[in-house]
Amino acid sequence: MSPIHDQSYRHYAGSRAPLGSAWTVIARTGIRTLLARKWFLAVLLAAYIPFIVRTVQIYLVTMYPTAGQLLPVDTKMFMQFVEQQSFFIFLVTVFVGASLIAADRRANALQIYLSKPLLRMEYIGGKLAILGAFLAFVTIVPGLLLILLQVAFAGNLEFLKANLHVIPAVVLASLARVVVSAFTMLALSSLSKSTRYVSILYAGAIFFTEAIYGVMRVITGSSRVAWISISANLENVTDVMFRQPPRYDAPVLVSVLVLLGLLVVSISVLERRVRGVEVVA
Amino acid sequence: MAEFSVQLDRVSVSYGTNAALRDVTVAFPKGAVGLLGPNGAGKSTMLKALLGFIPPSTGRLNVLGLNVAERPLEVRAKLGYMPENDGHIPGMNAVTFVAYCAQLAGLPKADAMQRAHEVLYYVGLGEARYRNVEEYSTGMKQRIKLAQALVHDPELLFLDEPTNGMDPKGREEMLELIRDLAHNKGIDLILSSHLLPDVDYTCDYVVVLNKGAVAASGSIDSLKGDAGRMFEVRVKGEPAPFIAALTAAGMECMETDEDVMRVIVRGPAAARGEDQRRICGLARQSGAQVRHLRASVSTLEEVFDRAVDAP
Repeated sequence: MSPIHDQSYRHYAGSRAPLGSAWTVIARTGIRTLLARKWFLAVLLAAYIPFIVRTVQIYLVTMYPTAGQLLPVDTKMFMQFVEQQSFFIFLVTVFVGASLIAADRRANALQIYLSKPLLRMEYIGGKLAILGAFLAFVTIVPGLLLILLQVAFAGNLEFLKANLHVIPAVVLASLARVVVSAFTMLALSSLSKSTRYVSILYAGAIFFTEAIYGVMRVITGSSRVAWISISANLENVTDVMFRQPPRYDAPVLVSVLVLLGLLVVSISVLERRVRGVEVVA
Repeated sequence: MAEFSVQLDRVSVSYGTNAALRDVTVAFPKGAVGLLGPNGAGKSTMLKALLGFIPPSTGRLNVLGLNVAERPLEVRAKLGYMPENDGHIPGMNAVTFVAYCAQLAGLPKADAMQRAHEVLYYVGLGEARYRNVEEYSTGMKQRIKLAQALVHDPELLFLDEPTNGMDPKGREEMLELIRDLAHNKGIDLILSSHLLPDVDYTCDYVVVLNKGAVAASGSIDSLKGDAGRMFEVRVKGEPAPFIAALTAAGMECMETDEDVMRVIVRGPAAARGEDQRRICGLARQSGAQVRHLRASVSTLEEVFDRAVDAP
């Protein structure tokens, strides 16, 4: 005899999101999880200290123009701000990015994710969105806010009219850092199950290339080998975006190609490592 | 509606130079189907290929009438997969994990949470649903893997060794759940296992894989029927002449660990009692006294052994 009303398992007759939107679930959940961590909120708040300092600088120069001789508010100031944020980009990338795929690999979560209706590309996109959102929050957002504050404090668009390239420069220079950091870290995260090991690998990639460049610079007496360093390549590209004289002898095109190469390698690593099944040949 | 839940047409899958599936053509009917085979037979590989994790080198895979290579997302939206290895999303408690899986499958957040609670109760984890999955015992991890596979209400379930590592009581409960899903809840399932009693208890149909090829397939009842009519016989006296007489008469004789031997009589069904009379006659001729003779039911184990041992 069957029960009058079986409550043990019910079929689902409700709505379902269209296919292709699962990456937003990964991104939303990841962002929410990180925002619930107090230490991480502290890192995010600390990343806004340079913004507050620059805000005070802009305010002072607007109120007291003579202060501009000591602390000029110009294109270079915005460029310096973007570059100063590199420290926080590093911190956020390590704190957020190292575990993004490594922790899933350690917990065998990839087979769970990829058995759901989402493509590998969506999984990677969701993870990238988590890291990208926080990196944008410490780079593009404060950069654009500074420009807005300059206009607000000055009460006119004179600075902006004279330096219209600052807006795309802030966005593109920040974006270059966000994209390179996010893809590199995500690729490294897919290589190991240990978050600590991934963090060391990433720090190594940044500092080791910088150290090698430093040694080569001393040996060759030229900055033509700046393309060895990831940071130097970003600075080289940033100089062009902000229309500043190049600080390295390395051709900008070479720096662009190195950064693009890094992205291609990262994507290739992700393509190989993010799979529902791990094949050991 | 498709007659079969899953169809493979000349499918080959290789890991480097090692062929895991060799030119497999088989159809899984709707209902509960057991996928049997010894370790390394290709069972898990077949499930992973059906999920689209491993592209086949040749052949075509269809799940619920959809081509896996062409429409992988639609296929996976209708599937639930319980993997063999432990797997969870790190840092989540059970209800959050299962609700997250439901959201990944497209359910709205509120519905996902409601379903997560319901399904966790169904699999027997209702009281432990706020505990972190990493703290779960092996048996609980098996249950939560079933819950995440079920939460989006799939049409077809792939269960890969679902009772691995479970204690006898937990195993019994898991098998009851699987049986209930297939026979009362209308969910088709493929149960991959090397444990014959699990398949025998939960499934109606079986596909036996061996060395990457299909060794046998059919309904369990018909496969057991093909095994011939089986009798348990115990004799007093020297069994060797009796065994030789049985073999000469075209019967198969298998000695067991105990003093009982199993005699299999093949060929068209004889009149009631005829087989027993022939066995007794042969015993008399070979000087053995029959002390025990009872008709026995062929087991899935024998079906499996025969399929796997076949050249």
